[in-house]
Amino acid sequence: MTETQTLLRTPLHALHVELGAKLVPFAGYEMPVQYPAGVLKEHLHTREKAGLFDVSHMGQAFLHGADPARSLEKLAPSDFIGLKEGRQRYGLLLNDEGGIKDDFMASRLIGEAALYLVVNAAMKESDFAYITERLAGELTVEPRPDRALLALQGPAAGAVLEKLSPGIDALTFMQVIRAKVAGIDAIVGRTGYTGEDGFEISIAGSDTEKLARALLADPDVLPIGLGARDSLRVEAGLCLYGHDIDETTNPAEAGLIWAIGKRRKLEKGFPAADKIMAGVLNGTARKRVGIRPDGRAPARDGTEIADKSGRVIGTITSGGFGPSLNAPIAMGYVETAFAADDTEIDLIVRGKALPARIAPMPFVPNRYKRGTAQ
Amino acid sequence: MSETRYTDQHEWISLEGDEATVGITRFATEQLGDVVFVDVPEVGKSFAKGAEAAVVESVKAASEVYAPVAGTVTAGNYALGDDPSLVNADPEGAGWFFKLRLANKAEFEALMTKEQYQEFATGH
Repeated sequence: MTETQTLLRTPLHALHVELGAKLVPFAGYEMPVQYPAGVLKEHLHTREKAGLFDVSHMGQAFLHGADPARSLEKLAPSDFIGLKEGRQRYGLLLNDEGGIKDDFMASRLIGEAALYLVVNAAMKESDFAYITERLAGELTVEPRPDRALLALQGPAAGAVLEKLSPGIDALTFMQVIRAKVAGIDAIVGRTGYTGEDGFEISIAGSDTEKLARALLADPDVLPIGLGARDSLRVEAGLCLYGHDIDETTNPAEAGLIWAIGKRRKLEKGFPAADKIMAGVLNGTARKRVGIRPDGRAPARDGTEIADKSGRVIGTITSGGFGPSLNAPIAMGYVETAFAADDTEIDLIVRGKALPARIAPMPFVPNRYKRGTAQ
Repeated sequence: MSETRYTDQHEWISLEGDEATVGITRFATEQLGDVVFVDVPEVGKSFAKGAEAAVVESVKAASEVYAPVAGTVTAGNYALGDDPSLVNADPEGAGWFFKLRLANKAEFEALMTKEQYQEFATGH
């Protein structure tokens, strides 16, 4: 290879290097896949205490318009009109066939008319262009590449952040607020991608290193790379865009019916609503499921799934090793007849049929700090 | 006295008489990260030089381990099945993968010496 691809860097690049991170290309960025502690320790530390993740590569934007929530509902089936101030909600950006163009998080900040969006790194240009084109005249997208994003995840996250931002630990799962953290202006949401309690903290790029150092100064906090981010989210049963969901999967077969608002199920008015609702009501030909291999061998993304007669019935979309379970885990799509828990299947790994079974997700129970009232 | 040679696939092979022990180098384990699964070959299997002989998987990915020389497997380190972390802890000792009876000793002689391998591994 003579061609040199220029990779983007997040504001924490120098700190990653200083911390001894192994950097790899990811979604056009040079990102830390692991630090010297290694993926296993980083994963287990996040479940036990708290991990700090640089997710500044993700796309951030504000949506402006007369009624951004109502406009966005034309492209996404969540109930954004009903999203209360100070709350955030998971959303799916759909194409005209009901396929998933991206998944994202939308926040309605207190006293602000705009919706604040966080989308996947690899999809941000495409998402913003799609929203701009499809909602022209009613919505404008204000991308914020000047902002960075840090995630603090794990059971100690609340206590750690409380020291830097008194009162912040009162937030419950999916609440979001503008706050000062270590004296820095931030947007703080009690959310994450690990199945643990935790926060995602949006700050100006220029403030990122200061905030990261303040968080890492806490003895409970270790820096965590993308390797553990992936194993944590698979254990939590969460989808990775481009693997478990994409333009060929729709929300019903992906098991993301919960991301369709109750009101929206009746009113519809989102792309391919009739097709998606037919899947919700009558079932789909295939379903996303959790899978536990019987043995120790991990089965990776792309592995064929067969029934006991050897007929191919599906494909693994995310798979590897679950450090908290000390066992291999996977998720993928199978024909609906094989989607029930404990169904025996085979995974075709290096030409060998390895026995496995369908298993409920999440593999590790979620430990979100839920509020009493939603 | 055993003699150890190295391959450009980051395997080590240590020869004693006509039996050689094969594993992956510390450099390789550092590149792989935490090993979570190892598939070692069964005794009696024969491999051509460069054939896929074992599999090592980290949390992130699977990698093949190739036979550094042609030969027949005389032992496998089945302890790695229960404790794959031995590969990270002691890659050039307790983390060995398998033993081979060599078909052709000249193939061994042609592999890199420790000094040559160190230059190779740090040079890329």
